[in-house]
Amino acid sequence: MEEKLKQLQKEAAELLEKVKESKEVEEIRVKYLGKKGALTEVLRSMGSLPKEERPRIGQVANEVRESLEKSINETRERIHAEAMEARLMKETIDVTMPGKLPVQGSRHPLTQALDELKEVFIGMGFTVVEGPEVETVSNNFDMLNAPPNHPSRDFSDTFYIDENTILRTQTSPVQVRVMKQTKPPIRVISPGRCFRNDTPDATHSPMFNQLEGLVVDEKSTLGDLKGSLEIFAKHLFGEHTKTKFRPHYFPFTEPSAEVDVTCFKCQGEGCPMCKGSGWIEMLGSGMVHPNVLRNCGIDPEKYSGWAFGMGIDRIAMQKYGIDDIRLLYENDLRFLNQF
Amino acid sequence: MLVPIKWLKEYVDIEIGTNDLADKMTMSGSKVEEIRRWGDGLDQIIIGEIEKIDPHPRADKLVVAQVTTGEKKLQIVTGAENIREGDKIPLALEGVELPNGMVIEETYFRGEASQGMMCSPDELGIPKHMVPEEFKGGIWILDQDAPVGTLFTDTVPLIEDVIEFEITSNRPDCLSVMGIAREAAATLNAELRSPQVSLKEEGTDWINSAKITIEDTEGCFRYVARRISDVKIEPSPQWMQQRLIQAGVRPISNVVDITNYVMLEVGQPLHAFDAETIKNQHIIVRKAEEGEVFRTLDGVDRELSAGMTLIADEKGALGIAGVMGGEDSEVTEKTTSIILESANFNQDRIRKTSQELGLRTEASSRFEKGMDPELCLLAANRACQLIEELGAGKIDSGVLDEYPKPVVPREATVRPEKVNGLLGTDISMDEMIRTLNKLEIEAEMSGEIIKVTVPTFRNDLQQEADFIEEIGRIYGFDNIEPTLMKGDIMVGGLSELQKMQERIKNTLAACGCYESLTYSFVSPSSADAIRLPKESFKRDFVKLLNPLGDETSVMRTSILPNMMEVIARNIHRNVPEARFYEMGSVFYSKLGESEDVLPLEVTELIIGIYGGEENFFTLKGIVQHLFREMGLEQITFESESNHPSYHPGRCAAIYSNGKLLGTLGEIHPMVSKNYDIDKERCYAAELNGDLLLELASVAPLYKSLPKYPSIVRDLALVVGESTPVKSIEDIISSYGGDWLESFQLFDVYQGNQIGEGQKSVAYSMTFRHAERTLKDSEVDEVVQKLVKELKEQIGASLRE
Repeated sequence: MEEKLKQLQKEAAELLEKVKESKEVEEIRVKYLGKKGALTEVLRSMGSLPKEERPRIGQVANEVRESLEKSINETRERIHAEAMEARLMKETIDVTMPGKLPVQGSRHPLTQALDELKEVFIGMGFTVVEGPEVETVSNNFDMLNAPPNHPSRDFSDTFYIDENTILRTQTSPVQVRVMKQTKPPIRVISPGRCFRNDTPDATHSPMFNQLEGLVVDEKSTLGDLKGSLEIFAKHLFGEHTKTKFRPHYFPFTEPSAEVDVTCFKCQGEGCPMCKGSGWIEMLGSGMVHPNVLRNCGIDPEKYSGWAFGMGIDRIAMQKYGIDDIRLLYENDLRFLNQF
Repeated sequence: MLVPIKWLKEYVDIEIGTNDLADKMTMSGSKVEEIRRWGDGLDQIIIGEIEKIDPHPRADKLVVAQVTTGEKKLQIVTGAENIREGDKIPLALEGVELPNGMVIEETYFRGEASQGMMCSPDELGIPKHMVPEEFKGGIWILDQDAPVGTLFTDTVPLIEDVIEFEITSNRPDCLSVMGIAREAAATLNAELRSPQVSLKEEGTDWINSAKITIEDTEGCFRYVARRISDVKIEPSPQWMQQRLIQAGVRPISNVVDITNYVMLEVGQPLHAFDAETIKNQHIIVRKAEEGEVFRTLDGVDRELSAGMTLIADEKGALGIAGVMGGEDSEVTEKTTSIILESANFNQDRIRKTSQELGLRTEASSRFEKGMDPELCLLAANRACQLIEELGAGKIDSGVLDEYPKPVVPREATVRPEKVNGLLGTDISMDEMIRTLNKLEIEAEMSGEIIKVTVPTFRNDLQQEADFIEEIGRIYGFDNIEPTLMKGDIMVGGLSELQKMQERIKNTLAACGCYESLTYSFVSPSSADAIRLPKESFKRDFVKLLNPLGDETSVMRTSILPNMMEVIARNIHRNVPEARFYEMGSVFYSKLGESEDVLPLEVTELIIGIYGGEENFFTLKGIVQHLFREMGLEQITFESESNHPSYHPGRCAAIYSNGKLLGTLGEIHPMVSKNYDIDKERCYAAELNGDLLLELASVAPLYKSLPKYPSIVRDLALVVGESTPVKSIEDIISSYGGDWLESFQLFDVYQGNQIGEGQKSVAYSMTFRHAERTLKDSEVDEVVQKLVKELKEQIGASLRE
């Protein structure tokens, strides 16, 4: 009987090895382990064995059954794995095919350049203020100490709506509005569209964008202006950036300075962009003229302030290497999607 | 302002090189634009003499010249016509390279050897427009006493560094070599030497037989005149010609050159009249009569107006004050006596006159910046001194000087504490005074303050801040320690409104939209292009008085025309599909009795799409997504068939609680046609940006996650095909009961399976109770009620 059991085990193992589908495994299980299966049959005939042999043969029979069950399970797993392997192979794709990109638009390069500038100043405690594009002559010129016959007031420079109303030529009138409404300390930047009567060409546009800033506080100094704008330049162009403050003239500041920064193309070596000088003219700045403070109801004996302004179009053009300002306002998708 | 360095060195000692000087001057406020080096490559040009000129045997237009250098005799063939035997000329010998890169070699012209070149001024680096008339197109003929065989540049002072300064509009005093010398002296801490003027006055006494009358005292503040007799008009000497050329002025003749030289030197424009043309030697400064016609020395008849100031005599006008002299009184080669004018005019008057006449001259551009009347006498005398030195005439004795109200130097005070307070420095009072003195500003200590007397040439120094700048810039901005802002810590950042704008930009970019930026001004015809109704208030444009052109002559009342232009430009450039947005201002003329003098500026947000798979619903999807991102609820879209810019069957008005938020739709083909768009369908959404921002709310509030399961019921309804789904949804919202959590349209079907003129609309509805599990029977009851309402109100039936 023991031999018969071993024979069954061997026979079943051989069958299982050849099996390809899980249906056949079930058939084998039924054939050997089912109610009428071969092993069951053998066990039923155990009664005919002598009493002393029964435990030993019973043990062998159990071992054979366990072994068979184990083999059947293993075979099932094997078949399952093979089937999965086959399916996965069938699902092979060409991974070098292009991905499906999500749609994504972008901000205009001018907005992106402005965002970067705004971020630096916001980090320095500035808030962002805005004002109307159509302004009064008073806010744009008179309050800002522009001499009554200053050429910038001419028809050839400024767009007029009527004798008292113009398209602002700078965003400084926003600062006038702030100074009239707010008690110092003041720390604001005012970005926005400005207009000048220039025929469009590669470097001129009748509409352009500026960012100006204003600080008014007790004991504001030219040293503060220098320190703050140096930090700004380093944030924007890197730690190695140097700044140069050259005395200049603006009607609304006194003293006034133009600020050059190390050319960010050549790092000061001299290149076509900086015309060999190693410097790029970046900002106009100065201490707010006492007349301007007075015009806005701020006592220049108690408060002083400093202000600065820069052209965003020019900064964006230099930063991105754009050689024609008109491209900024054409909005060709093939231009916009480069940023 | 072009300043030749050697000229500058006559008034101030400069020990450093040109580049260093340029850097230092820039840092003290006189910005250097450019450094030009004159006379490079002329060190091998020598002076030759033409001994003999013969015609070329085989060429009509050439001559063969025999030229000597003293040591060597050469034969030179030339086409120049202005040479004569005995002339002294600049000579380039074999092997010499000229500034224009030309290398001289021995050559043959039609068989005749040519062993060098006689040079023209432009071959020696003189710009063509600066070449004196006499040498135009010919060889540079030198003075008879030029030493043959010596270096050309020893005789003609051509080698020079010239610095071009940018002079700001507040510093007209720096439009002169003297003015720059003053700045250089202060910058370099060097001594300033003013020109020393003394005259021989060898002519006759003239002032008793002549007279100046200033009638127009508003227009003319001072009039100085001197007379010169025995005038001999000839070219001025080389040193003067070269300086003028280097300073950008073309030499003409001695008298004119001297007036220009003095103008460049001290800044004062001068004018010379032919004295014999002045009736009774009586000069009258008066206002022009309206419509008076006067011929200026450029030969143009000009019609004058009453606001202009004239220089006249007893019979008529001689010149337009400060702008240009007259043809009749012009100095010519025949002139034997001249009257030299050195005057001061009202800067505003000159500016207006020059503008009205469209005539801008060197003199007018100086006068309109404001000149110092104290300069008049110095300039007249300096010119006369040069006339004497150059032998151009004899100075008649005496000077006429009408100066009704001499300027009094202004006085001011400066507080050292304020200087250091504003600059952030620690400059001593002594140093402040020294600095001001160097700039020729009288300054003295008076207790705690500095008393200053402002020189008359510094009209820009009006108040304390102006002196602070003077002290600061000479001290050096680069010497001022950079500091951090003091005072209270301030928190920067964006306002809630600005953050919302950022959110709009982010959301639209994530929807594939590119931001466009377009001009705030448009063509008035844009109203027709987008088919605005005749009575629309958007046709009431804010107009520019002086636009660049019709295309940019009014402020936009809608961004739609700009968006259509952007779309059209991209279509015409074969960009197959695109999504754009722009957020910007539109401008409405002030309405009624508004107190604000300015037009109303309203923010508009526009989205425009075309091409690819775009349709009404892709755009509506973008808009709905935007609303969702901005936390806008209760938005409704209603069919709008009367908006002239849009397709009458594909346009929706967008409302928020009854307020019109905007319009969305397919662009009307007639609008597209106005932008030369033939086939492409375009879609746009115009939203009231201000209202949008007002309604937005993005502060999220957490709601606990559902604890009990939901029950989902699908509902397929058959309704008339023209029934808007909104009417179904309104009923579902109203009668869905408290447990209806959400519902969503998932299918619309039209076809054989349902009747003609009908459509099937299918919704999936989710029901949930917050505190317990719902029973199917409860939900079924709600759905049955809902179906009943749908049937009664809009005749909807359940799809079989």
